[in-house]
Amino acid sequence: MENTIQTIPQNWYLLLSAFLFCIGVMGVLMRRNAIIILMCIELMLNSVNLLLVSFSAYKGNSDGQVFVFFIMVVAAAEVAVGLALLMSIYRNVASTDINVLNKLKW
Amino acid sequence: MMLLQLLFLPLLASLLIFLSGNKWASRLALGLSIVELVLTWLTYQTFKQGGSEMLTFFQEWITNPKISFHLGMDGLGLIMVALTNFLVPLIILSTFNRNIENSRSYFALISLMQFALIGVFIAMDGMLYYIFWELALIPIYFIALRWGGPNRVPVTLKFFIFTLAGSLLMLFGFIMLYWYNPNHSFDIRELYSNVICSCKQGWLFWLFFLAYAIKIPIIPFHTWQADTYKEAPTQGTMLLSGIMLKMGTYSLIRWLLPILPAGVAEWGPLAITLCVIGIVYASVIAIMQRDLKKLLAYSSVAHVGLISAGIFALNMQGLQGSVVQMVAHGINVVGLFFCADIILNRTQSLNIDGLGGIRNVAPQFNTLFMIVVLGSVALPLTNGFIGEFLLLFGVYAYNTWLSVFAGLTIILGAVYMLRMFQRVMLGNVSDTTSAFQDLMWNERLVLGTIALTIIVTGIYPKPILDLAAPALEVILNKATIK
Amino acid sequence: MTENILQDTALITPALLVPLLPLIGFIINGLAGKRLPKSITGWIASLAVLGSFICSVSIFNALDATNSINIDLFNWITFGNTSIAFGLQVDSLTTTMLLVVSGIGFLIHLYSIGYMHDDEGFTRFFTYLNLFIFFMLILIMGNNYLMMFIGWEGVGLCSYLLIGFWFKNDAYNDAAKKAFVMNRIGDLGFLLGMFFMLFHFGTLDFDGVANAAAGLDSNHILIVTITLLLFVGAMGKSAQIPLYTWLPDAMAGPTPVSALIHAATMVTAGIYMVVRSNVLFALAPHTLDVVLITGVATSVFAAVIGLMQNDIKKVLAYSTVSQLGLMFAALGLGAFSSGMFHVVTHAFFKALLFLGSGSVIHALHGEQDIRKMGGLGKYIKITYFTFLIGSLAISGIPPFAGFFSKDEILAKAFEQNPLVWGILSISAMMTAFYMFRLVYLTFNGNFRGTEETKKHIHESPAIMTTPLVILAILSIVGGFMGLPAVLGFTHRFAAYLSHVTDASKEFLPHAHHLSHATEYALIATAIIAAIAAILYARNQYVSKGNLPVSDEQALPVLQKAIVNKFYVDELYDKLFVKPIQVLSELFLVLVDKLIIDLLVNATAWFVGLTGRTIRLIQTGNTGFYIFAMVSGMIILLVIRLFI
Repeated sequence: MENTIQTIPQNWYLLLSAFLFCIGVMGVLMRRNAIIILMCIELMLNSVNLLLVSFSAYKGNSDGQVFVFFIMVVAAAEVAVGLALLMSIYRNVASTDINVLNKLKW
Repeated sequence: MMLLQLLFLPLLASLLIFLSGNKWASRLALGLSIVELVLTWLTYQTFKQGGSEMLTFFQEWITNPKISFHLGMDGLGLIMVALTNFLVPLIILSTFNRNIENSRSYFALISLMQFALIGVFIAMDGMLYYIFWELALIPIYFIALRWGGPNRVPVTLKFFIFTLAGSLLMLFGFIMLYWYNPNHSFDIRELYSNVICSCKQGWLFWLFFLAYAIKIPIIPFHTWQADTYKEAPTQGTMLLSGIMLKMGTYSLIRWLLPILPAGVAEWGPLAITLCVIGIVYASVIAIMQRDLKKLLAYSSVAHVGLISAGIFALNMQGLQGSVVQMVAHGINVVGLFFCADIILNRTQSLNIDGLGGIRNVAPQFNTLFMIVVLGSVALPLTNGFIGEFLLLFGVYAYNTWLSVFAGLTIILGAVYMLRMFQRVMLGNVSDTTSAFQDLMWNERLVLGTIALTIIVTGIYPKPILDLAAPALEVILNKATIK
Repeated sequence: MTENILQDTALITPALLVPLLPLIGFIINGLAGKRLPKSITGWIASLAVLGSFICSVSIFNALDATNSINIDLFNWITFGNTSIAFGLQVDSLTTTMLLVVSGIGFLIHLYSIGYMHDDEGFTRFFTYLNLFIFFMLILIMGNNYLMMFIGWEGVGLCSYLLIGFWFKNDAYNDAAKKAFVMNRIGDLGFLLGMFFMLFHFGTLDFDGVANAAAGLDSNHILIVTITLLLFVGAMGKSAQIPLYTWLPDAMAGPTPVSALIHAATMVTAGIYMVVRSNVLFALAPHTLDVVLITGVATSVFAAVIGLMQNDIKKVLAYSTVSQLGLMFAALGLGAFSSGMFHVVTHAFFKALLFLGSGSVIHALHGEQDIRKMGGLGKYIKITYFTFLIGSLAISGIPPFAGFFSKDEILAKAFEQNPLVWGILSISAMMTAFYMFRLVYLTFNGNFRGTEETKKHIHESPAIMTTPLVILAILSIVGGFMGLPAVLGFTHRFAAYLSHVTDASKEFLPHAHHLSHATEYALIATAIIAAIAAILYARNQYVSKGNLPVSDEQALPVLQKAIVNKFYVDELYDKLFVKPIQVLSELFLVLVDKLIIDLLVNATAWFVGLTGRTIRLIQTGNTGFYIFAMVSGMIILLVIRLFI
């Protein structure tokens, strides 16, 4: 497994995950649909996961992979809560556009 | 162990009172505070038998940062604790025959306050001391907020933020002291023995001085005071003026002079000038006050101004005088505010122009009130005189002209006190005072005790002076070494 | 002076009893007075003072004039290496004052039993009187300045309580407050003087201070400062210019109080203090000059005001101020024993005059205006004769007491400065004039009051007239203890005091003694002047029957100024009282409320403003929040990486 990962230079992992992260960030910033924002957040999380796995493999330290599991669990829980929130928001305002949700201010 | 009992009994009392219910709260509070007073007496005996050595209790508490549960009691601390424990039963007794809503919380808070005050006076670790210092603010805030007068909300907020701002500076000061100390410690022994570079003491002085100047209060940090005294319930005012102000002056002696001697040497002249200006300034304002409680508040500013001036004079007579006067002022001002409370309770008015003639209908009240007033204007053979004599002499030894200016207090004090007494007590009865009822048993007991104390300590102040002398000598040595 | 301290303990008990008895009387009457019958309380108080008097007499008999008793009861105030004792002492000066205070005090207590008989505050009155006697005795028995200060302020308190005795009257209360505050001004001087002594000499014991001072040069700045400050204290207590205005107002108190406190005893405390500090004052000729000038000025000034007063007690009050000025003039001349001599004789005849005026007021049911009196001599004979004796004594007619003491001072004045002698003689003439103006207007001619009052005029009861008679006898014979040396007698009073006053002799300039012929001439001049003044008064008020004009009538400017006491009260009001009141309001409104509170509130307002402004960033738009978060991260990252 380690060898398989190491066949690709680590820089490429870095670049890929940075690229994915940026896509996630841009998605969060530019899209207005809450579901897509949630998906973009997942994307950012997974880019970090990828980075962690690659470092773990290159360093020969499994701590990083353990963290990946943690993140996946947290992300799953987050999605569950986030979607539940979205559901109830949708029931109230019949929309998932985040710009509608601007009452919480001042 | 004695110190622990002395410290934690009021905390325990506070809990018990809170759990006891409104019916028994006041009596329970009185009983427990008397037990505490007896305990103080026993501590005094122990202290005497131990050859006036400092009683200590030491327990490691937090290792990093190094904070220890270090209590210690020397003569100075003992006097302050004794003052607290002497006044609290009187303050509690003064509420008898009065209706107090939700009295269990009221007395629980008073006991909690007592706990914090004792803590301040015997804590020997900077951080522990700071914790007690801040803890003392909480009960008094709620007492004033919950049981205060009609304008209490903004006034107590102002008071709280004012003092909290000062305390924050002090906390910062302590942290700085901790870092500058080579052994990184808040312990008073470390702070006393490792005096930091005098280059840093100047601004550290201000951190501490501002905290104390607000609490005492020294002009121009006094504007929270008059309104707070007016709005707080009388017991709150008694606690504030009788004991809590002494936290500030006590701390000047214990925590400022010996730890930052160079800072005091640099800024002391300014501080003492502020104090002396404050004496005259507050006295002059007091002359034209129409509200009895406010008048007493300004007179209090003048008195504590003199106490602080005596402390900054940095000589034995000034320090001795400040200790005697702290006790004297604590007792007198509690007496005065209690008199104001009696008047307020009977007439629903504190406007001195509308009162008058009370002497006709309440001769006992008149006599006791007169004695307290005389103590306050420092007539010889009352406790106030011993204090003012030593303080003014201390200021004199510091600077002659300053003492002339400060000495105006004995003239102005007579003017505003006698003017007040005349307007309130003498003359013919008015509509508001014609039905004035003379003292009830508890009022007679409280005022009688205070009057007796005023005279006894005025004639024989030696125990207080002797008790304070060794502790003050140690502090004065630290404070004046270059 | 210390070498003769008596170790014999036999006298300690009476010495302690002297102040203790009035204190016990005060405590009994103060605590249990309400429950005791009225008649008893008055007698308890009187007997307590009589006990003091008996003890004083026994001390006087047993104690040689060159000895002294010193009793340190306990250390009162200690700090550092200094300690101030709570101690008493008795020497010849103390004994003199003790006899005067307790003796006259007893007579006045006795008189008060009659005078205050119908007053509802009867018990309270005697309680205060006893307290006063106690403090007065402490004042004269204290063995250091701080002990003296206890008595000094204590008598001020009692004076306050007794002037405002009828506390329902606000004018009286004002007078009481004024007395206390004016005394306090003096007391500040005294206090500062003590600070100088304590700081530079390290002690407040009379002997210790005198010994320390004796080592300094004459007119040393320190001594001059100390003595001037002490003299400020004396000015307040003994009503000298500029602090005299409280004394005439103090007549608001019951008449026995005026006699005891504001004539015979308390107001002479200033003179006692100066004599007690005679070494210090002798070492400070500059201060003595100030004392002399103040004394002379007060003497004349008060006498001039006294000429036009129409209230029987006010006349006596200004006369007291004038006589006190005379005593200070004597002290200023360095004639300490002469000053004390006049204190004693003055105590006799001024107490007599006040009690006599009280008897008149008693007879007229409270009337004090001499324009409404007249012809009373017919109705109240004992009062009339004793009052006449008092007036003769104060006017300086031999062989009455005042003649000897006054003449002695005048002779001393002529010795040193004929100008002072001249001014004092004019003052003495005015004294004789206004005293006899008073006598004639009160006791001669026809009664000018209402018929109703006339019917009730009666002589006072025996308990009031007895003290009058005793004091009258004292006013006649009192002067014989100080017969002038020029007539071939020994001055026994001066000899008795010499132990105390001799200490300063070496520091005073040696005066050239007057020739006998000059002294005879002076005596003759004084007598003739006094008689001339009396005759002029008789001419004005008996032969011509002139009457003082009523208050409404217009007067020439000068007279109007005199009647209004030269507007000094109004001046003080404008100069001190009003400015302080204005300042008080100014401080409160301008500094406290406007400046300090404004700063405090401005801080709070600024915090509020910041909050109000910055909260607008919270738009509620989620996209914006995320954008802000991300840009924040980017900025941090950029800072971290590239800067």
